Amino acid sequence: MPSLKDLKNRIGSVKNTRKITKAMQMVAAAKLRRAQEAAEAARPYAERMHSVMAGLASSVQGRDNAPRLLSGTGSDKVQLLVVMTAERGLCGGFNANIAKLARQTAEKLLAEGKEVKILTVGKKGRDALRREYGQYFIGHVDLSDVKRLSYDDAQKIARDLIGRFDNGEFDVATIFFSIFESVIAQRPTAKQIIPASYEPEEGEETPSVNYDYEPSETQILEDLLPRGVATQIFTALLENGASEQGARMSAMDSATRNAGDMIDKLTIEYNRTRQAAITKELIEIISGAEAL
Amino acid sequence: MADTMQFDLVAPERKLASEEAAVEVMVPGADGDLTVMPGHAPMLTTLRPGKLTMVTRSETQSYAVTGGFAEITPEGITVLAERSLPAEEFTKEVHDRLIEEARRVHDEAHPSVADMTAKLLADMEALGSHMLS
Repeated sequence: MPSLKDLKNRIGSVKNTRKITKAMQMVAAAKLRRAQEAAEAARPYAERMHSVMAGLASSVQGRDNAPRLLSGTGSDKVQLLVVMTAERGLCGGFNANIAKLARQTAEKLLAEGKEVKILTVGKKGRDALRREYGQYFIGHVDLSDVKRLSYDDAQKIARDLIGRFDNGEFDVATIFFSIFESVIAQRPTAKQIIPASYEPEEGEETPSVNYDYEPSETQILEDLLPRGVATQIFTALLENGASEQGARMSAMDSATRNAGDMIDKLTIEYNRTRQAAITKELIEIISGAEAL
Repeated sequence: MADTMQFDLVAPERKLASEEAAVEVMVPGADGDLTVMPGHAPMLTTLRPGKLTMVTRSETQSYAVTGGFAEITPEGITVLAERSLPAEEFTKEVHDRLIEEARRVHDEAHPSVADMTAKLLADMEALGSHMLS
């Protein structure tokens, strides 16, 4: 039976925890709004890019001189998994879900006899995968100093990837990130970015316009493909940013609620214990008086 | 035929400009500048660093772009610029920084692409004389 003082201390510390989780929830809510705005603002560019690329890609597809970023190396032996997670924890299952998806994919690829390489973006994913797949790690991108994601960050990652691809370090690259659906739902997703696959989106018609190309079609494509990779990474980073804040917000919301429940329970226990002590004292006084 | 067209300038991070009634747009294409007017044949072109000018009936607005591409249809033009800013915000400092960056890329570049980076550097330098004069 905990003493009154213990209970009081306990209630005090849970109250402090609730204050912290409440504050974190509000910070996450503010950051979420900003992250969503950023994702929203980046959408027109990504959509345009996608439709132009889809049109271009379908017209070059099947030609012998198609750029390797589009047609691939003709093999899928070496698979690169780019695992994008958050730099910080305390955001529910966000990091764990992405790591889980990456782990399943790696497992499957290894079972098929493929070679797996892993590049991590964000500290949490690296920590989660290090124990099992540490030997496959080929690099890590640290974004912990980045306050606001910019296109440059995505471009750096894209350059790194393309450099490695040109050196023949891998055949297929897949990015793992979380799509932001709502505050309570984030969907871990895997998306192949090299070789680029530009499927026309559902309901969207492939533009049938015959464009003039300046300079040539292939040259434009060669110029655009690296940008396409950067854009896709940028979109993924932004989605991930919004997802992270959304996940943290709902995690902290339930933590706040749990702390509240706990305080209620502890308070009841505290009151009962106090009452019991008073009753006990009264009994002692009364029985003492009777004995006289 | 319509005598105005839609003009959109988008950067990866945000939409910079959208104008429904553009009369002509001057674009620094990779193979040379071109002016787009309503009803232009559909075309795709990459951009070199340069000055982009959009003219409506009432105003003229210029932007500095550092590369990207433009999609042109008879109904309008969409410019997807990697980095771009309105002419008023393009100062000497910004220009110096861009040149410095281009120079660094050129210095570090592999010999096989040195021609390309040298052109980029030259375009960047020329950008200043277009924008700042």
